[in-house]
Amino acid sequence: MNLTLKIWRQKSAKDKGKIIDYAIGDVSPDMSFLEMLDVLNQDLIEKGEEPVAFDHDCREGICGSCSMFVNGQAHGPDSMVTVCQLHMRSFNDGDTIYIEPWRATAFPVIKDLIVDRSAFDRIQQAGGFISVNTSGNTQDANSIPIEKENADNAFDAATCIGCGACVASCKNSSAMLFVSAKVSQFALLPQGQVEATDRVMNMVKQMDDEGFGNCTNTGACEVECPKGISLENIARMNREYLSASFKG
Amino acid sequence: MALDSKIPKGPLADKWTNHKNHINLVNPANKRLIDVIVVGTGLAGGSAAATLAELGYNVKAFCFQDSPRRAHSIAAQGGINAAKNYQGDGDSTYRLFYDTVKGGDYRSRESNVHRLAEVSTNIIDQCVAQGVPFARDYGGLLDNRSFGGVLVSRTFYAKGQTGQQLLLGAYSAMNRQIGRGKIKMHTRHEMLDVVIVDGKARGIIARNLVTGEIERHSAHAVVLGTGGYGNAFYLSTYAMGSNVTAAWKAHKRGAYFANPCYTQIHPTCIPVSGDHQSKLTLMSESLRNDGRIWVPKHKKDVEAIRDGSLKPTQLAEEDRDYYLERRYPAFGNLVPRDVASRAAKERCDAGYGVNKTGEAVYLDFASAFMRYGKEQAHVKGLNEDDDALVRKLGQEIVKNKYGNLFQMYEKIVDQNPYETPMMIYPAVHYTMGGIWVDYNLMTTVPGLYAIGEANFSDHGANRLGASALMQGLADGYFVLPYTIGDYLAHDIRTGPISTDSKEFDEAEKSATEIIDKLVNNNGTHSVDYFHKKLGKIMWNKCGMARNEKDLKEAITEITELRAEFWKDVKIPGEANEYNEELAKAGRVADFLELGELFAKDALVREESAGGHFRDEYQTPEGEAMRRKEFQFVSAWEFKGEPKDAVLHKEDLVYENIEVKERSYK
Repeated sequence: MNLTLKIWRQKSAKDKGKIIDYAIGDVSPDMSFLEMLDVLNQDLIEKGEEPVAFDHDCREGICGSCSMFVNGQAHGPDSMVTVCQLHMRSFNDGDTIYIEPWRATAFPVIKDLIVDRSAFDRIQQAGGFISVNTSGNTQDANSIPIEKENADNAFDAATCIGCGACVASCKNSSAMLFVSAKVSQFALLPQGQVEATDRVMNMVKQMDDEGFGNCTNTGACEVECPKGISLENIARMNREYLSASFKG
Repeated sequence: MALDSKIPKGPLADKWTNHKNHINLVNPANKRLIDVIVVGTGLAGGSAAATLAELGYNVKAFCFQDSPRRAHSIAAQGGINAAKNYQGDGDSTYRLFYDTVKGGDYRSRESNVHRLAEVSTNIIDQCVAQGVPFARDYGGLLDNRSFGGVLVSRTFYAKGQTGQQLLLGAYSAMNRQIGRGKIKMHTRHEMLDVVIVDGKARGIIARNLVTGEIERHSAHAVVLGTGGYGNAFYLSTYAMGSNVTAAWKAHKRGAYFANPCYTQIHPTCIPVSGDHQSKLTLMSESLRNDGRIWVPKHKKDVEAIRDGSLKPTQLAEEDRDYYLERRYPAFGNLVPRDVASRAAKERCDAGYGVNKTGEAVYLDFASAFMRYGKEQAHVKGLNEDDDALVRKLGQEIVKNKYGNLFQMYEKIVDQNPYETPMMIYPAVHYTMGGIWVDYNLMTTVPGLYAIGEANFSDHGANRLGASALMQGLADGYFVLPYTIGDYLAHDIRTGPISTDSKEFDEAEKSATEIIDKLVNNNGTHSVDYFHKKLGKIMWNKCGMARNEKDLKEAITEITELRAEFWKDVKIPGEANEYNEELAKAGRVADFLELGELFAKDALVREESAGGHFRDEYQTPEGEAMRRKEFQFVSAWEFKGEPKDAVLHKEDLVYENIEVKERSYK
């Protein structure tokens, strides 16, 4: 199929960006979206132009590197996939496709479609861990049985890939879904109880310091999340935060 | 230099404990005076960085991704082995050791493998304490599954995302130390060289991938946890950025490279769909627990399936060839990976491949749906004879076990694997070869360590499923942090290492020259053009089956391709900016050298062992023929060009296990 691509090009964080049009032909429906961009980039290189820069690595939907808005949707039109798993069969011959980077104050553009998501790392560094040293002397893994439902819910929360689609989709650029996924994972496990108060307070503070917006329960994050992280996590984090606030 | 593996004396089971009791320690106050560089933040690098920082060392960690959480360990699906024997099915440290050595086709180092089996149980305890949400049963205890090449259930898992959960565990341990200031994290940085001062590894040259700046970083020791080199094949299950550069540059600076030809070609990947393909996707081997692999028995059915006139579900049981169950009745679909891959290739080469390219076999879950469904119907008191109901109940169980894998398959192939069998084909997945290390995980360069997939020692010629995660974390959490102290104990009075030395000058100059050359080359072809060509040579001539003629041709062709690359590669953009093509070019340049050594190693190894299969050395039944005279590790010393590499042999001694013909019949 033949497509028109309208792609955000921006040389660096300091430069101004704009949408540039590209025509691309011979796109096979079995290509992934990023493979389609590979083809475009090979053309650009042959012509002596600069290829479109985008983050990508595993290309199987788990590393969380890829991050782009496709026709106004984070990771494009298909649900429960990252853009590297999106296939061109989701499009039709003659389509015009808009491709833009994540837009959020806390995610400044580095180049073209690449943004700086290090704010996510700093939030995790503020409390997204259980303080246990790797001494080899921890108790036996089966010494604390964990109710299957809690273990499964903790797992579901822990499958967040940190791609940032939630922030990019939110009208407030809120990071609540991302932060709540980690808070929930540990809140649901006995191992996470000891530091629960400090964890939620510190992570929320860091989230606010990074310039992410507030949550107004719109739910766009949940809809666009490629891993189906549930809004229930936000509710759980709010409960954790409230009880932590009372504990002071 | 003679190779000294530094294996401790004494009985196998006591070696590690005795070694730990007798090596040098660094006192806590002195650890604060010592810097360690860790390159790579996967399971090995991430866990090592976190643990070294916990111990008190100043850690400088590097990754090329935008966050340490994105290292490719994250994509490991199936699970992690540990000799916990929670299932009471006869597992033990010795059995895990035995299975690993046998699975590796008697080409791994006994002492290292035993240590790995010993610490395996600590890993599970550690990860649970970190909050890693492993799968549990209804009693709240940890669940296990079984993997290829073994007869017990010892694999811990978190659905099909075990690597992700373990890596996020290591990442969280790193985050705690980054927050404390004990790890200085450098993301979007690529190591371009290792700096050797007075014969010791004292730092690295790295490129900031955002600004293009070349940086010097010094330390008292350098640890490489930089993964494997399977991307030499272009198409593989590795991440796009996975590369050999750090390991190769270390090799060029004096680290011997061991067994480069030992590559694992994983049996269950999604087949190639076209020329645009940029990578291959694995379907976890755990699927072989419940999926049965088959092709049609008759050519006419193969053709009917290929032209679409026959659906695989319509083919009667008696017209199907469950070739693994037929050839290997004891292990059936759970034979080790190398055996399963070669068997698939054998059937497809014979003309029984089930897709248009003729390179695919079926992985069928129909029997598992019925088996699980019957059990569920029985438990729930429903009608066990209602096939539709039973299938539906069974599908639910399978969905719980492998839901994300089924979803992944459907998204890629656009077929529903609950309705029709999956199509799979082998793909390059892991490299058992890597930088040679001694028992302390130190390379032949003092102060330079290699851990995880980047080293060579534990998996021999073939890695068993769910053992990569185990080895990465064992090295990083429980082995290196002890053994590195033995070396660093001599450095407590050294003081900070200056980056203002002729050695740093020279290394930086050499890195800058390569970049300048690449970016100003003005050739006609892109990096991918050369990478794809290299991949074709590797796959066709150094792939699942190799022979003398092909390997010799491969060496010539790779040498020619390398010359063409340097003459004709075209890199757009500048050196002092974000430039992915430039980063890729540096990586492919190194693959073009490694590829040649790979073929040379495969040529020298005149036997078939594990992932290395030579056509000339097979039994009349087509099984791998190992040869006693090749019971050694090939460790290559760099001498200016890959073709001039000098072979050093480390003889493998088996005192605690009888070297037998590896049979899975």
